[in-house]
Amino acid sequence: MKISGAKIIVETLIEQGCDTVFGYPGGQAINIFDELYLNSGRINHILTAHEQGASHAADGYARATGKVGVCIATSGPGATNLVTGIATAYLDSVPLVAITGNVPTALIGRDSFQEVDIVGITMPITKHNFIVKDIRELADTLRTAFKIAKSGRPGPVLVDIPKDVQTAVWDFEPKKDPVRPFPLSFASESKLRQAAEMIKNAKRPYIYFGGGIISGKASAELLQLAEKIDAPIGCSLMGLSAIPNDHPRFLGMNGMHGHYASSVAQDEADLVIALGARFSDRATGDKNRFNKNFSIIHIDIDSAELDKNITSNLAIQGDIKDSLFRLIPMLSIVERPEWDARIEELRTEEKHRLESAAASAFEKKCGNCTKPCSMMGVPAENRLSPYKIIDIISEKADEHDIIVTDVGQHQMWTAQRYPFKHPRTFLTSGGLGTMGYGLGAAIGAASAEGKRSILFTGDGSFGMNLNELATAVSQNTPVVIVIMNNGVLGMVRQWQTLFFDKRYSNTTLDRQTDFVKLAEAFGAKAARAFTAEELENAAAEAFAHNGPFLIDCAVDCNEFVLPMLPPGGSIEDIITEIK
Amino acid sequence: MENMNNQYVIGVIVSNISGVLSRVSGMFTRRGFNIDCLTVGETESSGFSRITVVFHGDDDIKERIVRQLEKLHDVKEVEVLDPRETVIRELLLIKVRNTPSTRQDIMTAVEIFRSKIVDYSPTALVCELTGETSKIDAFIELMKPYGVMEMCRTGMVAIERGENCLKTEK
Repeated sequence: MKISGAKIIVETLIEQGCDTVFGYPGGQAINIFDELYLNSGRINHILTAHEQGASHAADGYARATGKVGVCIATSGPGATNLVTGIATAYLDSVPLVAITGNVPTALIGRDSFQEVDIVGITMPITKHNFIVKDIRELADTLRTAFKIAKSGRPGPVLVDIPKDVQTAVWDFEPKKDPVRPFPLSFASESKLRQAAEMIKNAKRPYIYFGGGIISGKASAELLQLAEKIDAPIGCSLMGLSAIPNDHPRFLGMNGMHGHYASSVAQDEADLVIALGARFSDRATGDKNRFNKNFSIIHIDIDSAELDKNITSNLAIQGDIKDSLFRLIPMLSIVERPEWDARIEELRTEEKHRLESAAASAFEKKCGNCTKPCSMMGVPAENRLSPYKIIDIISEKADEHDIIVTDVGQHQMWTAQRYPFKHPRTFLTSGGLGTMGYGLGAAIGAASAEGKRSILFTGDGSFGMNLNELATAVSQNTPVVIVIMNNGVLGMVRQWQTLFFDKRYSNTTLDRQTDFVKLAEAFGAKAARAFTAEELENAAAEAFAHNGPFLIDCAVDCNEFVLPMLPPGGSIEDIITEIK
Repeated sequence: MENMNNQYVIGVIVSNISGVLSRVSGMFTRRGFNIDCLTVGETESSGFSRITVVFHGDDDIKERIVRQLEKLHDVKEVEVLDPRETVIRELLLIKVRNTPSTRQDIMTAVEIFRSKIVDYSPTALVCELTGETSKIDAFIELMKPYGVMEMCRTGMVAIERGENCLKTEK
């Protein structure tokens, strides 16, 4: 069957099991969009407000489902607008295929209208990328793109397709099935035996996992391992939602804003078993002091992560599910009453710290502000604390709802507090820390499986890509948007409080944005909440509504994310209180 | 402590397609590794090119470079070449001022170094020399007093001794 390149693109996407794509048309992508129009019954295209929104939506779709997310943009600015989204996916190992149109091959290199070298631009932020200059290679290149995106450690792949390749005509035979990933790599038996030996000799083992447990579907094996060797579990930001937060062995996220008990337990351990994690600087702090008290077994699918940031005592490359499946039978059941008791002690200590922090929160006075503030007139005891907001929302939410965040204080509060139950229900930009990630991702996630998504965001982050409210309205996406509105760029402000003698350079937002009116102007529903009662009512309305609903919650700008390990610090430097 | 000043030579077989050199050199830039020299050329099979990368570092850096190279989709084979088991060569073209008073001395040096004069004009000589880096360096030092007008060197290429080969199995 001879068909156009544009049709080959759409047919290959369908062949690869792609049901929804996100994008924005333009001159050099018009043929692709024509085919999407002609095939709208077979593949759904969601038009976003901006290409960045499309890339985040494809990312949200991928994280929520585990499938490859696809976004499509035109050449030049369309392509460059995808860049932040592609980098976000790259840093968090999200399978993505980004398709860009480009000027006809004859015009490449001549600074033609809307021409950029997007392959050159995205080389360091993709697993691989292609420019297809020959129609005969188009279908197979797209198939390879899907294959690379979902193999091993997943990641984004970009395929740049000049216009003349889209209009050329060539044979196309659809394949029966989507491409399979490259064969898994399996851990060596002898290394697993060494790991078993190290675990056997450990007195205080601690399991630390990252996003690899989610993409490697190894939650069950992880819990089995913990049971068998009687170890507590902590995780990185990217690991959250892999196991239920209320699991008795789970101490929560550790690292810069991690749980006190989780971070301290790791430091007091004599063996850290790191699974599908990469020891980011936000997780480790000072790398020289990080592991002075414990040995490390590091298992990861990506050999380049082994000994990259932290030199482990035993580095094992292999599929995480298979590694654990084979490791567990090598171990015998042990009990560690002393270690358990110490963990309990740490939990109690953490609880007390939280309670005293919550109590002192009511005494906080708005600090240096002289301007009118939304918090004024709200009695201190009625104010919404970030945790209170999260508690109220999580009580109303279904456990399968997908929680999405932007980046900043609200992100860390959500990571610390939200009671996740199921893998792939927490979507956040962990590696790149992309403010403005959330709304696009929430739309992508919700449109993937018809589930509701809940976006926790801040007034700073939300301001970055709020144009996607238009998309949420046109798609009638069931998304509850909860803005923790404190009138400041809170996370940077927190650093300024701690490390810059409270010189709040450019973190006080002198804005008069009325988010309720704004949402309504876009055609969404909205409400404002200053108190718990108001939030209860707004949330009830929001969850009853089938479509986008924004809740603007007033939060004290002197709320801090605690505990905090200062950047480049270590566990001894932990800050649990800010005066 | 590891010696930061070890020199490593890595042979890399890559797909012979456009952009591959950017990908390899870009990885070094992005990861903050420094390259001493990098050469690329055809191999015995037309689908593949061979890149020889030379850099300084410690064992840890070498490992990280190898693993990052192996991750690139277009990289098919990576091997750290043991200098004792490897023939390493570089080609030098050097243009030296030709004067009646220095000509004979230059000719003698050329002969001793088993270099070759590949261009001769009344005012300039072009010498060609292959060898290990140290030999090339020594020859350049020797030529300096006579007036080096211009020179270029290829960077190292390296191949294992014996029948071991660096090639893709396919």
